[in-house]
Amino acid sequence: MRSNNTVYPYIPNSAPKTKERMMNALGVTEIMDLFEAIPDHLKYTAPLDLPEPIRDEYSIRRHLETLLNRNRNCQDFINFLGAGCAQHFVPAVCDEVSGRGEFLTAYAAEFYADHGKWQALFEFCSLLAELLDVDVTSGFLYDGLQAVATSLRMACRMTGRNEILIPGTVSRDARRVLDNYMAGIQGPQFHIRTIGFDRESGQMDLADLSARISKKTAAVFVENPSYLGFIEPQVEAIGEIARRHGSEFVVSTDPISLGVLAPPAQYGATITCGDYHPLGLHMQCGGGQSGFIGTSGEMRYVMEYKDKMYGLTPTSVAGEHGFANILFERTSFGSREKAREFTGTSNALWAITAGAYLALMGPKGMAEVGQTIMQKAQYAAAGISRINGVRLGLSGPFFKEFIVNFDGTGKRVADINRKLLDHQIFGGKDLSSEFGMMGESALFCVTEVISQASIDCLVDALTAILA
Amino acid sequence: MQVGHKRRLRDFHQARWDEELIFELSVPGERGVLVPEAEEKIRRVAGDGISTIPAHLRRKTPPALPEVNQPRIVRHYTRLSQETLGVDVTPDISLATCTMKYSPKVQEHVVSRHPGITQVHPLQDEDTLQGILEIYYQLEQFLKAISGMDHFSFQPGGGAQAIFTNASVMRAYHASRGESQRDEVITTIFSHPANPAAAATAGYKVVTLMPDERGLPSLEAMRAALSERTAGFLITNPEDTGIYNFNIDKYVQAAHDAGALCAYDQANANAVLGIARARECGFDLCHFNLHKTFSAPHGCMGPALGAAGVTEALEKFLPVPRVTYDGKTYHLDDDRPHSIGRVRSFIGNVPVALKAYAWIRQLGGEGLREVARCSVLNSNYLEKEVRRIPGVTVHYAEGRRRLEQVRFSWETLKEETGVGTEDIKRRIADFGLQHYWTSHHPWVVPEPFTLEPCESYSKADIDEYAAVLAKIAQEAYNDPEFVKNAPYRSTVHKIPDQYIDEADRIAITWRQYLKKGLNRVPHEGDE
Repeated sequence: MRSNNTVYPYIPNSAPKTKERMMNALGVTEIMDLFEAIPDHLKYTAPLDLPEPIRDEYSIRRHLETLLNRNRNCQDFINFLGAGCAQHFVPAVCDEVSGRGEFLTAYAAEFYADHGKWQALFEFCSLLAELLDVDVTSGFLYDGLQAVATSLRMACRMTGRNEILIPGTVSRDARRVLDNYMAGIQGPQFHIRTIGFDRESGQMDLADLSARISKKTAAVFVENPSYLGFIEPQVEAIGEIARRHGSEFVVSTDPISLGVLAPPAQYGATITCGDYHPLGLHMQCGGGQSGFIGTSGEMRYVMEYKDKMYGLTPTSVAGEHGFANILFERTSFGSREKAREFTGTSNALWAITAGAYLALMGPKGMAEVGQTIMQKAQYAAAGISRINGVRLGLSGPFFKEFIVNFDGTGKRVADINRKLLDHQIFGGKDLSSEFGMMGESALFCVTEVISQASIDCLVDALTAILA
Repeated sequence: MQVGHKRRLRDFHQARWDEELIFELSVPGERGVLVPEAEEKIRRVAGDGISTIPAHLRRKTPPALPEVNQPRIVRHYTRLSQETLGVDVTPDISLATCTMKYSPKVQEHVVSRHPGITQVHPLQDEDTLQGILEIYYQLEQFLKAISGMDHFSFQPGGGAQAIFTNASVMRAYHASRGESQRDEVITTIFSHPANPAAAATAGYKVVTLMPDERGLPSLEAMRAALSERTAGFLITNPEDTGIYNFNIDKYVQAAHDAGALCAYDQANANAVLGIARARECGFDLCHFNLHKTFSAPHGCMGPALGAAGVTEALEKFLPVPRVTYDGKTYHLDDDRPHSIGRVRSFIGNVPVALKAYAWIRQLGGEGLREVARCSVLNSNYLEKEVRRIPGVTVHYAEGRRRLEQVRFSWETLKEETGVGTEDIKRRIADFGLQHYWTSHHPWVVPEPFTLEPCESYSKADIDEYAAVLAKIAQEAYNDPEFVKNAPYRSTVHKIPDQYIDEADRIAITWRQYLKKGLNRVPHEGDE
């Protein structure tokens, strides 16, 4: 055993001579004397039940690679999974930016030593604001679901009301996050009511909305494009109903759609939110998720953001830009339990990366990528729905995701997807338990990175499996 | 180069590019990247693709994003990165309460490049995720050994969200026992502010205990705060002062006697890895920040992962899905009726979990203990050096050893020279060191600064850090105005107001800045 004599490359003062010099400086002969503050009965002296270490760098690398090689991935397989995490084009520059050691290893320090970090974060918020057509954004939420949850609590705080109306088409996972985030000690702090939807189109039932909205309604929430893929064409009317009742109109959107789809603020959304993982981030098994919120610059909105915000401000030298904390008391760093909600470390590196993505894409890139996605998704939907017994689950326009119904084939989605794996294809997300009323249905996602050949391959495979 | 106080101070100047904002680089017509186009056959079948959008939902005016060529964008971001001092650039002894350690390059290279993680979709069939699920399962076993807890969830996207998860579990536990009258939690002022804030978000009222002369809340104060309304006790230990609450098991016992649960904030567990565990103290819940204690990098403030740990009795409340193992295959179990539901999408921040797994595998149990030993050694050594600097004091617990960090005070320096901690914080950037962390609000310790030379830093790094502080203190006594107007060798100069609350001065985005005409506000001294 090398035990105490091991010198660890990441622990400089594990070198025995240095350690001894430092202990001498402190006048201790036994290093555990430094832990006198911890009573003996609370000390843990048994060996930790951990595997033998893999000390050298080459071996740990091989070990990790061996484990990761056990996964299949969307480079080797053709992927049609989306449902909140989609496979998009990641420019090399984005990887270059997120891989810069200075950004990767910086933290929360303030405005001088890390000026570049502050500028990059300010630019991200500014670029996102242009995409959303709003004046204020925050990109520091854990993910899109948290962004929805916080947007709805912002609306409750602003209106002093405690009821939220959401569409029946949100995902089960979104509902789980919302239910927990709105819960309280003795029943919910904020009540969630579900509005019905049209079975054919997925669109919100406006009669149900009108019947259920009241002076208790803090917010009407819509996803556009929706979780089920469709574009909700009634958003202006929904926003109008919300406004008439003094409610906020909260819209969650897919930012990569906004080169071709109108940003929610242009059709009346007062709070826009979503997940910016499509903007230059790899899927990473869900590690690229990051949430944003955008609103007008009116103070009644700005005051309700929960996370830190930073603004451009002059320095003592004329013409020089610096950065400052905005309305710090809103945050739990400023006022602990009196804060709007809790905040903490979330996704700043991804904000910087997504900023680089928007800078690279520019207005033309965003329009083009939206168009390519829609062309490919429509081509795929047309091809799949020509297969015997297969039809699209919803009528009406969609962006990158659409429901495929297999009821006419007599086969289950789970079985079809298992067989697709033999063709090295990840089929669409199985909705049969999540949305039972839709029968044997799957949610397919097609993006700009899926080639015509891959789509044709899917259609051929499905045709063979369903024959 | 000599070491110790005679060491020559570094002749440093931070990169200063006077770099434009990205919007100022826009040249109409330039492109940064070209995106895939639909193939010819797709265009023939699907047409333009966008005609299906109802007319009123089409974007009519393109977003006012800048148009910039790719070389200039790369240069822009490289310059901004040069104007940033991460751990790869400078020893980050400054940001205590949040240990800032070295993140091994080997883990970064694998995790950010291997398609077995970067190109994996979280909803893939579990048979195609066996590598990641094995790492999740094994990492859970590791953290169980390190903490003595029985189960962990890796879903929370950061430490604060892990505290929220634990508060949600607490809420579900009491509700399951018909004890929803428990609507209060107790914490301490030197516990991280996410503890009171996350509990309040979950609906709890918060009682905060203040320290006595030992720097710790008295056990009597704790007992007085407990009642049949207490749901939980949330505490960081060692607290932000570096002082370990030696009576912690008695506080936990008192809370248990009152029917409350106890949650241990171990976001920064550097002092106790392999030395002391949540289990022996009696805790019911704990959390670790894997992007901190377990070496995943901070990324300017995320991506992050807070691992939430609980005892057996609370396991059924953890978020879904749970990773299970049947002896052959790993599974995702989504069917758990008592679960609080979810706090985040999918199974959490997988890359961060992978890095933490790699780090623990490299160090093993004895290596983790060496982390704690060297962290505490380093902090005690730095403390000894810093205490020698004129103007520095250390509040509380005189004569007792702190663990991995120390909250110091420039109170005396401020009284004697007028130079306070915010001034020194700015000046320190002139020496190539990261601004130090003062303290969370409110400042219970006057003119605070909190340092943590974790295991990643060498004796030479620590000596240099102490020498810089000594030099600045000397400057404060000789020429206080000089320190007050710092920095001089940073990217930018002193910012008169670092906190802005007035609506007409708030510019969170470039368009808001332009709309408010802040670009046209005449600067003091301008004609």
